[in-house]
Amino acid sequence: MMKLSKATMKPAGTKSSYSWLIMAIVRAVIVIFCVVTAVFFIIRIVPGDPAKMILGEYSTPEALERMHHALGLDLPVWEQFIRFVKTLFTQGDTGNSIIAGTSTRELVAERAPVTLLLIGMACVLAVVIALLLAAVAATQKDKLLDHLIRIFPTVTLGMPIFWVGLLLILAFSVHLRWFPVGGIGEGWSGTLYSLTLPAITVAFSQTPTLIRSLRVQMIEVLESDFVVTLKAAGIPGRIILFKHVLRNAALPTLMLLGVNISYLIGGTLVVEQVFGIKGIGSLLFTSISNRDFPVIQGIALYCAIGVVIISLLIEIISWLLDPRTKGKP
Amino acid sequence: MKPITVNPQLHEDGQSTSIISRIWRIPALLAGGIMLAVLVLLAIFIPFISPHDPTGQDLSAFLQPPSAKHWLGTDQLGRDLFTRLIYAARTDLTIMVLAEIIPFCTGVLLGMIAGYYGKWLDSVISLLTDTFIAFPFYLIVIIVAFASGAGQRGIYITFMLVGWIVFARVTRGLTASFRQQEWVASAQTLGLPGIRIILRHILPNVLPQAIVVLMTDMVGLLVAIVTLGYLGIGIAPPTPDWGTMISDGQPFITTAWWLSAVPGLAVVYVGIALSLVGDGLADLWRKK
Repeated sequence: MMKLSKATMKPAGTKSSYSWLIMAIVRAVIVIFCVVTAVFFIIRIVPGDPAKMILGEYSTPEALERMHHALGLDLPVWEQFIRFVKTLFTQGDTGNSIIAGTSTRELVAERAPVTLLLIGMACVLAVVIALLLAAVAATQKDKLLDHLIRIFPTVTLGMPIFWVGLLLILAFSVHLRWFPVGGIGEGWSGTLYSLTLPAITVAFSQTPTLIRSLRVQMIEVLESDFVVTLKAAGIPGRIILFKHVLRNAALPTLMLLGVNISYLIGGTLVVEQVFGIKGIGSLLFTSISNRDFPVIQGIALYCAIGVVIISLLIEIISWLLDPRTKGKP
Repeated sequence: MKPITVNPQLHEDGQSTSIISRIWRIPALLAGGIMLAVLVLLAIFIPFISPHDPTGQDLSAFLQPPSAKHWLGTDQLGRDLFTRLIYAARTDLTIMVLAEIIPFCTGVLLGMIAGYYGKWLDSVISLLTDTFIAFPFYLIVIIVAFASGAGQRGIYITFMLVGWIVFARVTRGLTASFRQQEWVASAQTLGLPGIRIILRHILPNVLPQAIVVLMTDMVGLLVAIVTLGYLGIGIAPPTPDWGTMISDGQPFITTAWWLSAVPGLAVVYVGIALSLVGDGLADLWRKK
């Protein structure tokens, strides 16, 4: 492990580029293993007996014992752990749901498309909004608009995401009647239409951090020598902005999204509750109220492994686009 | 010789007057401080300000719009919204501060250890942070809060588990950069033990930055407390809490929108105040 972290920190030359790639993959695999371990142990560290939580406070000792056996809790911890890891890697599963009886994998796969679509839409919206506002702020540096856009992150930092969703429902669904209050519409266009407001809500929570860093980066590019030269050559500001500045901002935006992807997923789960969308978030909450441990563990694992893989992919893409970055913003 | 950030204690020897005059010259710090002070004073003296009981129901006066008797109107059970709002500030702000103490201390300490000793200790701590960061924040908060039982205990356990990461990351980076500097090297040549260098020399220099991060982090923590309340796995009713107030108001969003809007504004208010204080403190310590 010691060698590993040193190798990733060292500014590797061009020859060792591929060793960077291998190290990044190895690190991701180790983190995934730790994530699996963490999910397994968190349920055991946190006070409370899962069997008692499932059966209720007044369950008989015999029933508790049977539930312990059904959950495999009567085995030694290391044996439980090996069983857990085995089913995860052979079947990609965390066991059958206690309530539905079907496998966790199927339950999650059923709900995943809506959530993934919502996350995708939110990413696109967040990037578009952040790029536009950051470009406006950077080109109008120290003018009124710039100041207003700079205040935006300070004000929105403390906004609970579900509250923003409620206000958007109030404004756009209740008063303006542009969007449905909740639920999912029919067909592709209906789905996209009904997911617009939730996606804006999730995007809203992401834009402050994006704007803050993109504005600084764009100002740097705008004041750099090559832009000054382009200006001197008589190239219109609009073309410089769209062709050169935005292109230079693409990579940092991608990397910032990679850093924030975990927050974005968490926010999506909460926003689903506000808009009554039957995705992973609502599965999580039903499983929580049903005390359906295998499903809760499964959702936590799939989300965390997803985050690790997405971050790794973004690191690799950034590295391919610009090997100097080593995949870090 | 000395690093850029300065030990705030250094100013106390004979310069305490200048620190006050400097605070006056930083409007962000002043504005944020006043905003916080107003809310805290209100929360302390609310029993003397408001004649209403935060949990006392009056079903004959439910869902009233704002009036002279009820400044912000009443909720669906006829409880005075303003009184509940300020009592909720008591609950939420107290939990926010208490829940930050342990994560802040462990995070700063682990960060300094990782940054100072490097090597395998650093690798282990980095691996820990990478692992926890992989979990979507709200996912882990929701699961741990649920598993450890709804209510305040769940909130404290949750943030003890996940809250330290931010501080560890910041102090680790700072400490690692200090290690390259002469003053740490000279302390080492004097033969001072590592733990003494960390606590006496590095700690005062990472603390300002860590406190600035603490301000922003508290905003995130408050939002998380409120979110848990909204989802019904945070502070249990009837204790007033901004999150449960927002969710209680949700069914009446078409007729009495302020029931949900006002508690959210209170969170935003605290968020702005803490950000201002954070920005101001950063300014104060940067200017020396």
